[in-house]
Amino acid sequence: MRDARGDMRRPVGLRLWLSGGWLTLLVAGAIFAPWIAPKDPLMQDLFLGRLPPFWESGTEPGFWLGTDSLGRDVLSRMLYGARLALVVALVAGTLTCIIGAALGLIAGYYRGWPDRIISRFVDIWMAFPPVLFAILLIAVLGPGLWSIIIAIVVIDWTRFARVIRAEAMTQGAMDYVASAQVAGRKRFGTMLTEILPNVLPTIVVLLTLEMGIAVIVEAILSFVNLSISTDSPTWGGMIAEGRTSVHQAWWVLVFPLIALFLTVLSFSQLGEGLKDRFDPVLR
Amino acid sequence: MMYQIKDLHLSLPDMTRKPLLGPAPRIEILKGLTFDVPEGAVVGIVGGSGSGKSTLGRAMLRLLEPTGGEIVFDGQTITHLSENALRPLRRRFQMIFQDPMSSLNPRRRVGGIIAGPLRLHGFEGVSARVDEALDMVGLPRHFSRRFPHELSGGQRQRVGIARAIALRPDFILADEIVSGLDVSSQAQVLNLLGELVRELGLTLAFISHDLSVIRRLCSRVVVLHQGVIVEQADTATLFDAPKARYTQELLQAIPLPDPFQKWL
Repeated sequence: MRDARGDMRRPVGLRLWLSGGWLTLLVAGAIFAPWIAPKDPLMQDLFLGRLPPFWESGTEPGFWLGTDSLGRDVLSRMLYGARLALVVALVAGTLTCIIGAALGLIAGYYRGWPDRIISRFVDIWMAFPPVLFAILLIAVLGPGLWSIIIAIVVIDWTRFARVIRAEAMTQGAMDYVASAQVAGRKRFGTMLTEILPNVLPTIVVLLTLEMGIAVIVEAILSFVNLSISTDSPTWGGMIAEGRTSVHQAWWVLVFPLIALFLTVLSFSQLGEGLKDRFDPVLR
Repeated sequence: MMYQIKDLHLSLPDMTRKPLLGPAPRIEILKGLTFDVPEGAVVGIVGGSGSGKSTLGRAMLRLLEPTGGEIVFDGQTITHLSENALRPLRRRFQMIFQDPMSSLNPRRRVGGIIAGPLRLHGFEGVSARVDEALDMVGLPRHFSRRFPHELSGGQRQRVGIARAIALRPDFILADEIVSGLDVSSQAQVLNLLGELVRELGLTLAFISHDLSVIRRLCSRVVVLHQGVIVEQADTATLFDAPKARYTQELLQAIPLPDPFQKWL
């Protein structure tokens, strides 16, 4: 008796292709920025200020997406800005996920006093306004890559803790958990081998969402000039600079904004796409 | 004696009526049960919904801790043993659950579900034992690569049985294991369980609300009503001459085929 169930493959959805494609492009651009960036992102030339993008008249060769008011190349600055955005997304997203999901899992599965302590803590934590909290934290820690990452982790771990706690509670009430106890599995082992695989799809979706949020938070912080040192190019910084000259040179504002939008959208769609593709229960 | 239950009491806190301060009031679910499960017997535990039969089963496997009385398993008192002390004993009493959709981890393959407890108890030749268990419950061996949601209801329940018997336990508790199945799957699963009990020399406690199912399988019956045993007797005696009023009501509630079928 042979059946074809195992041969069935779901096609990789458009969602996964588009979001994965853009993020791959972005990662490649960020890694190879020193080799592929057409110009030095910091080089100023006041004679080349506010050059329009390549399809308009009055451009100079090599400045594909135009220049800002100080004559710096927009495309090159975006590529270097992607480096910071992606590092923050990956490191801050992953750390937030590990800390928040671990606490949520413990609270939701063990219940009792660990749950009471963690849940009260989450409630208190969520009463702080997040962006102000981040700005305050950076002001205390001083600007820098690690300050941004710590600020994001400290504000956002509650998002994971809440959702994963609820999910772990639902799973903990299932009979397969009782069945693990009948088999003599220890509680901690049950949490890792029975509960965790069942909350993993939710964790993955939240993780990619969180990476998108990290990109936005980084942009907000650099918009208010609280990111890393002011001479490194960042998307948020470019948007802030472009805002002041939006009537003379819209491209300085619009291109980083599009990149930001596509990146955040891709991260959120990537999570859903991965879940559709790899979750055995949905397959 | 496989199991000796003496004056078993169990109560659980009622969180819906918990006052703001102070402990929640307790609901008494089992109100002093005494009965024995002899070695090799198939004992039916029957009762309406809310009679405490599932709670009794979970207490016997020590998924719940009794508040009073004594549970003796094969000469060893397990009433208040800690989880660590119970662990080596757990191989010897196993359980088949009511709803296999909930009792089989949806994200593990059938092979992994059966192999998990085997590895935990340090069995050797795990994959051979998994194949053997699948053979015994009449499932093809390649099913070990399937996920539970890729099986039918009857097949899922067979996986539940395979997981329990793979450990070669002395005692199995079957909690309403056919109530979620259609009638023909019910009959197949019951026949299978009957055969396995005979072949492996198992002792079985079979919880059900359906007396006709109990009659087929069990040698002895315990009738439970609102946390109290109202009658216990051999199956033949109970069905011929039920003593308790509640047992008589249950017997009358068995649907019989109507000899004057007009709708056909």
